[in-house]
Amino acid sequence: MLAMLALIYWQTVVYATHQTDETIDAEITGLAEQYRQRGLAGLVAVINERSNPERGSSMLYLLTDQRQHPLAGNLSRWPDLEVEKDGWMRFRLNADGQRDGPHIAQATSFVLAGGVQLLVGRDLAENVAFRNRIVAALASSGALMVVLGLIGGIVLSRRALARIETINRTSDRIMAGEFGRRVPLKGSGDEFDRLAQNLNAMLDQIERLMAGMRQVTDNIAHDLRSPLGRLRSRIEVALLEPPSTERYRDVLQQTIAEADHLLATFTALLDIAEAEAGSPRGRMAPLDLGAFARDLADLYEPVAEENGLRLTVETGPGPIEVRGDRHMLSRAVANLVENAVKYTPSGGAVAIRVDTDGAMARLAVADNGPGIPAAERERVFDRFYRLEASRTTEGNGLGLSLARAVVRLHGGTIALDDNKPGLKAVVTLPLAPMTEAA
Amino acid sequence: MKLLVVEDDREAAAFLVKGLKESGHTVDHAADGREGLMLATTERFDAIILDRMLPGMDGLAIVAALRASDNATPVLILSALDQVDDRVRGLKAGGDDYLTKPYAFSELMARLESLLRRGAGGKSETKLKVGELEIDLLARTVRRGTAEIELLPREFRLLEYLARNAGHVVTRTMLLEQVWDYHFDPQTNVIDVHISRLRQKIDKGFAKPMLHTVRGAGYCLKAA
Repeated sequence: MLAMLALIYWQTVVYATHQTDETIDAEITGLAEQYRQRGLAGLVAVINERSNPERGSSMLYLLTDQRQHPLAGNLSRWPDLEVEKDGWMRFRLNADGQRDGPHIAQATSFVLAGGVQLLVGRDLAENVAFRNRIVAALASSGALMVVLGLIGGIVLSRRALARIETINRTSDRIMAGEFGRRVPLKGSGDEFDRLAQNLNAMLDQIERLMAGMRQVTDNIAHDLRSPLGRLRSRIEVALLEPPSTERYRDVLQQTIAEADHLLATFTALLDIAEAEAGSPRGRMAPLDLGAFARDLADLYEPVAEENGLRLTVETGPGPIEVRGDRHMLSRAVANLVENAVKYTPSGGAVAIRVDTDGAMARLAVADNGPGIPAAERERVFDRFYRLEASRTTEGNGLGLSLARAVVRLHGGTIALDDNKPGLKAVVTLPLAPMTEAA
Repeated sequence: MKLLVVEDDREAAAFLVKGLKESGHTVDHAADGREGLMLATTERFDAIILDRMLPGMDGLAIVAALRASDNATPVLILSALDQVDDRVRGLKAGGDDYLTKPYAFSELMARLESLLRRGAGGKSETKLKVGELEIDLLARTVRRGTAEIELLPREFRLLEYLARNAGHVVTRTMLLEQVWDYHFDPQTNVIDVHISRLRQKIDKGFAKPMLHTVRGAGYCLKAA
């Protein structure tokens, strides 16, 4: 702001000075013209006329002969000053016949034909006054700007602080346990609103995760307590019965099986957590999804046949390459195949089909079993969620959760669909970028 | 056989030593990595069972040190780290097998015995013979006595693995890992079905079965 004011001042002063210079030049040209046309007498007359104090002009004139005796003009004597570098003389005017006090004057002089010397100048009192007015005006406007700026700044920062304070209060409430609270939005779409939106989105996500976690913890507690309870009562009952090595052996075998089941559940939970933590850990390698599907089908074909099912694989001619961890993916897809084999009644068919869809490779496991109602198709991916119909069959309700975690870790999707009739589980995985034909 | 157990968990070590002794082995025990490496380098063992996480020295560092000094004693690594990555790292360091804690003792025994056999044999045969069963690994043909037996490729691989471990128990997990290269627990009885199919082919029509189910453990192929 100061620089701007300085610029205004500078421009104005330069302009005024320039005006003065031009006025003096014009005056000299005019007088020289008079002298040429009307001679010395004419010049004297003109100067006398122009320097008449009645006219109130700020122009200064002095005409002298060779010895600097004044002939005409409103200066009493020749100022004894050197000419300055810019060709102007500047001197103090001792105000006789002048309006007020000593001023600075600016003048130039030259010698006319016949040794007559002419000095034309201008009293700079007006210039100075003008300059002073400019300074005063600039100073007051500057002061006004400073004051307004301060007031504006205070108002703005108070508003900003007030909104930060709102956010602070909201966080305090949330920390105090009101997890449903959100930072109010002003609807202005400014940075504060965007910050508030982001904070709210973050809080929503945390709340969702917490809800998910709470549900999982509840489920773990529930689903692990029952087998532990069974395990305990089996041992207890065995101890109540009359001692029998044979009986003890039986119970211990069953206990081991139960413990193994519990351990498998824990392992699955840890694997899901690991996959959801989302670091693919450098085990990703190129993988032909077609060959992968054929290998799995090879493993499950006999058990499918045992259950009276026909298991088929359809993979198309060429390889369909994805990048993946074969071990993790095999667990995920094996689970889909196992579900199909488990829940499809004898006489049915399970079809594994691998193809591509745009930039994605697609692996579908379709059966013509009972299927899953549309409303449940998303929920079965939740940990420990089991359909009523499957409660009686073996399983821990974690297979699909693990499958989803693994597929997501690979940047893919997994969804259940209606196979009309039956269930179709569809996994998509990003196709591996064309590897250079080396 | 003379075995070395390097395990810092007292209870786990006691249980392991007791189990191995009851199975007829001589067992030495070291409770930390330094002691383990010292014993392993100064005495001859038929196999070493090594915990992965040890005070004093990392289990993998011990295997690496042994292998660097041309000691080829089979090593079975035990670890609480269950990721395939960890398994790969363990095997790369020079371990011969990798078993995740908690494990079934029967699984450990089966794997250990498989290791001991590998340590003894190790040469590459072209023919395997178990009783009257003959497996030609080059021609990929199988005959029992005079009868030619037609097998699918996967059945052949399954039989080959069983024959290499003839007379000993192999677990379902071992089969899934070695024959199919999968590391997960199937929720269905896939392996049992494969075995019963194989059994159909090699035992049907013969007076005495060769492929036996060992309850609570796995399977065993032995001369009739």
